[in-house]
Amino acid sequence: MASLRQFKPEESWQAPEGEPIVRIENVTKRFGTFYAVDDISLQIHQGEFFSLLGASGCGKTTLLRMLAGFETPTSGRLFIDGQDVTDVPPYARPVNMMFQSYALFPHMNVADNIAFGLKQERMPKAERRERVAEMLSLVQIEALASRKPHQLSGGQRQRVALARALARHPKILLLDEPLGALDKKLREQTQFELVNIQERLGITFIVVTHDQEEAMTMSSRIALMHEGRIEQVDPPRRLYEFPSTRYAASFIGSVNLFDGYVLQQDDDQVLVQCDDAETRLLVRHSQPLVPGMAVTVALRPEKMRVLGQLDADTPNQLRGRIKEIAYLGDVSIYHVELPGGKRVQFTQSNVQALAEQPLTWDEEVVLGWSANSCGVLTE
Amino acid sequence: MKQRMPLLITILLLGYAFLYGPIISLIVYSFNESRLVTVWGGFSTKWYAELMQNSQLLGAAWLSVRVAALTATIAVVLGTLAALALVRFRRFRGRGSLEVMVTAPLVMPEVIIGLSLLLLFVAMETTIGWPAGRGMTTIVIAHTTFAMAYVTVVVQSRLAHMDMSLEEAALDLGARPLKVFFTITLPIIAPALVAGWLLAFTLSLDDLVVASFVSGPGATTLPMVVYSSIRLGVSPEINALATIIVAIVSVAVLITGLLLWRQEKRKTERLP
Repeated sequence: MASLRQFKPEESWQAPEGEPIVRIENVTKRFGTFYAVDDISLQIHQGEFFSLLGASGCGKTTLLRMLAGFETPTSGRLFIDGQDVTDVPPYARPVNMMFQSYALFPHMNVADNIAFGLKQERMPKAERRERVAEMLSLVQIEALASRKPHQLSGGQRQRVALARALARHPKILLLDEPLGALDKKLREQTQFELVNIQERLGITFIVVTHDQEEAMTMSSRIALMHEGRIEQVDPPRRLYEFPSTRYAASFIGSVNLFDGYVLQQDDDQVLVQCDDAETRLLVRHSQPLVPGMAVTVALRPEKMRVLGQLDADTPNQLRGRIKEIAYLGDVSIYHVELPGGKRVQFTQSNVQALAEQPLTWDEEVVLGWSANSCGVLTE
Repeated sequence: MKQRMPLLITILLLGYAFLYGPIISLIVYSFNESRLVTVWGGFSTKWYAELMQNSQLLGAAWLSVRVAALTATIAVVLGTLAALALVRFRRFRGRGSLEVMVTAPLVMPEVIIGLSLLLLFVAMETTIGWPAGRGMTTIVIAHTTFAMAYVTVVVQSRLAHMDMSLEEAALDLGARPLKVFFTITLPIIAPALVAGWLLAFTLSLDDLVVASFVSGPGATTLPMVVYSSIRLGVSPEINALATIIVAIVSVAVLITGLLLWRQEKRKTERLP
């Protein structure tokens, strides 16, 4: 997955100095007996492109709506730029939201839609007109100013919605599935534009999305949510390479999970005995673990290489039989059955167009990988 | 299908005859010279002239129009408020009873509505002294009770189909709730309000039963006059009056249709 932002592989995200622009403190939202958001604490910093990622019903939209002021937390406090906004109504918050349905006012033209928020703060007419023109050119829809929403295409509506939400120069822009209604091609193109606009304006963006690819591409950090709680908060690269829980590992991309227990730990390497893989796995892991502790080793399918032969003394090697092959064009996915019956997945890039099929059904293969390419999960 | 189907054509003509026959005969006979409604005595507009002299009939028509306009206006305000409460506020004390009360007049027989309102007005007059006597006020109140139910249903369905995030977007952009209602909600549900107003107006103009119960001396609506004069034999003046009403209604329907058609056309207009 490509990230539009530059990160060095091992560099972990550093929180900048000073007060975060958003501080969420032990926020819970309960609907009846259902906990939509369950005791979440989170800090988001000025200028971030922050994604709330999760399956539907994980509470990400509820959290966003609490930031906008449409829902009040059952308990906990919300701070925006140091100010406690927990009980501040939506019309008095320094945030604006871009709705999933865009929510363009159907009885107003594009320019009036964009000017609506400016009229509410009683901006003088001349200044207002200038700001509307500025917004129209920011999202490149100058020619559409006098159209009504029903005369616009889906992509154009999305731009109007963005321009309207940005017109008041909010401290934070909340985006609810901003690209959800667009088709694939337009979505990819719009991802770049959103990132560009965000970097140019320096406004903090908080995006709700269920699309991992979208979150990976655009975000500075991602909060992965599951059943009202946050599983992990990290930059995209760390989230993919070093997931901290089983859920995080399996939600983003595909993963092979091996259950086992810790044999020993030297420096930053852990030796794990995995019974279902019938082998020992060596994993880089710097946090101290207790021998005998039950852990899970997570291994991405693209990290495995086909080896010539099995060397029984070296860890991180598996022998198995290819049971299924899925050709996806750029890569092929192989399902390999280990002698014990467990299946693992590995992928190979199709480097040559018409290469003699190197691997085929029922062929026995030996797979290997380095200790740096997999991770230990304790939850 | 090139060949016309005789059966289909016949059914179509029968349908038209069934729907429009009575109205056409009424219009034709309003220009009848003869006093006898059933005998054609040649073309004349004399009944229109006589109608203009008939102050009782004209007075009743004017009263009916005023009652209907007042009823429709009050019913639209109350009905919209009821619809807002039912659609926008999901849970509140007394929601169930409001829902039942709002729809009750739709299914309740008119005789019962009329009788119960009459009893209420009499009881109110003896205890609090208002409304003093029965007349236009009591008719308007009575008509509003049932017309409001229809308005509520019409506005409710429009509100339910309206995207709630439109209101949230306006709040988010800094508009206070009251401002949101007047700048966003109201313009969007306006077609339903117009439809509700016209419906309430027609229902009130049309009502004979409830008005007969709650009206008093000096407040006789048009349907009451027409109904009572039929017992003395139909006067062609009524035909003339009915023709005028049909003409006005047709023009109104035509204008509404034109407005709706233009709106629909604008909606489907997609630019390349």
